[in-house]
Amino acid sequence: MATAQPYKAVVIGGSAGGLEALFALLAELPADFPLGVVVVLHMHPQSDARELAATFRRRCRLVVTEALEKTPLLAGRVYLAPANYHLLVENDGRFALSVDPKVNYSRPSIDVLFESAADVWQASLIGVLLSGASRDGAAGLARIGALGGFTIVQDPETASSPIMPQSALALGPVDRVLAPTGIGRCLVDLAMALP
Amino acid sequence: MDETALEAIEIALLKTAIVERYGYDFSNYSPASFKRRVVAFARREGFKHIADLIPLLLHDKSFFRSLLFSISVTVTEMFRDPQVFRIVREKIIPVLKTYPSIRVWHVGCATGEEVYSTAILFAEEGLNDRLQIYATDINEESLEKAREGIYPVEQIKKYTANYQKAGGRRSFSDYYHARYDSVILHQELRKNIVFSSHNLVSDGSFGSMHLIFCRNVLIYFDETLQRRVLGLLHDSLVPNGFLCLGTRESLQYLEVKDCFRVIAEREKCFQLK
Repeated sequence: MATAQPYKAVVIGGSAGGLEALFALLAELPADFPLGVVVVLHMHPQSDARELAATFRRRCRLVVTEALEKTPLLAGRVYLAPANYHLLVENDGRFALSVDPKVNYSRPSIDVLFESAADVWQASLIGVLLSGASRDGAAGLARIGALGGFTIVQDPETASSPIMPQSALALGPVDRVLAPTGIGRCLVDLAMALP
Repeated sequence: MDETALEAIEIALLKTAIVERYGYDFSNYSPASFKRRVVAFARREGFKHIADLIPLLLHDKSFFRSLLFSISVTVTEMFRDPQVFRIVREKIIPVLKTYPSIRVWHVGCATGEEVYSTAILFAEEGLNDRLQIYATDINEESLEKAREGIYPVEQIKKYTANYQKAGGRRSFSDYYHARYDSVILHQELRKNIVFSSHNLVSDGSFGSMHLIFCRNVLIYFDETLQRRVLGLLHDSLVPNGFLCLGTRESLQYLEVKDCFRVIAEREKCFQLK
């Protein structure tokens, strides 16, 4: 009997080493991947997420863009948080931005996205935490798990900065610990599973 | 009932308490960021539940003021997004120079850093003598800090770098003196500025402005309130007046966009047609 929940969205966070992991992970997703994917990557405040999105064009079958304020999350797209803003999600699946103080020394903060997304999607959410040199995202991932979502952490052995995934594991068990390509394949399995 | 549904009820009750008791209406604030700020405030104050804030804020005005501060403060810095100030210097000021007097409105000025940045910019372009800046915010505590013009010394390196990237003509240190762990902006920067309180939900037009800065304010509002505010700003501009939004904000999904031409796409600077 299939016990998988119908998932509605994937949120991913990463920092140092997260970009390479993300490339490998997204390469596994087919063009008809049925979920929307929202990503926070820590970056320099004056960098431009649109330029970063452009680097994905040849490496990912899905459309990768910057998350724009008040626009809805669409299935099969990957959205990057803009630099120097926190990214949140409203109940109707639309993006919201904020210029609140840094959280875990970061803006955008992974915790901010994960906690906001957990409120909206609860058990229909998949959370993924990748390589990084800070604790940002650990508490957020735990929150996703606490509200019934599916949690995945990059295997610290495969991460160029293992601190981020290790911080998540220190807070409690997660559903999967995988290398980036394994994470991608897991997302496909979860997305395609029948309710 | 699950936790999030309960929290939604608590937030609704909190908003009702605030509007009934103090007259501040937060019903059209963007829910996700409003909730995050309220929850962060509750945690900092040691409250387990959002609803626990309600009795105290009803009976203790100063408690309410600290809640208000935390739900309306925004992070700002001198010459934030320096490329925007560069656009103002290079594309907007040449047009404003043709006016005998220039009125600038900083909407949601918070603690004033961007207001003083504007004052510096206009001073360097020789426009001090005909400049009047109106800087408004909902929050009286922010306005108090803004009037003082005193900022932490740790920020100086960043402010200096921003100032230079914005095309600053002098040395940033010409504009302040340092004392202990603070920098104090020079008194004469304040002479063209009036700080006053203004509530975008309820208050009317502020006058006819040549340049309005409304940066990273709209993101905290829902669509309804964004429409109201943009209508207000539209009505507050002289013909061909200028509007600068936050770099990730947009007119794109709102009807009012047809009233404006784009001066700088990436910097979100517009001109009333």
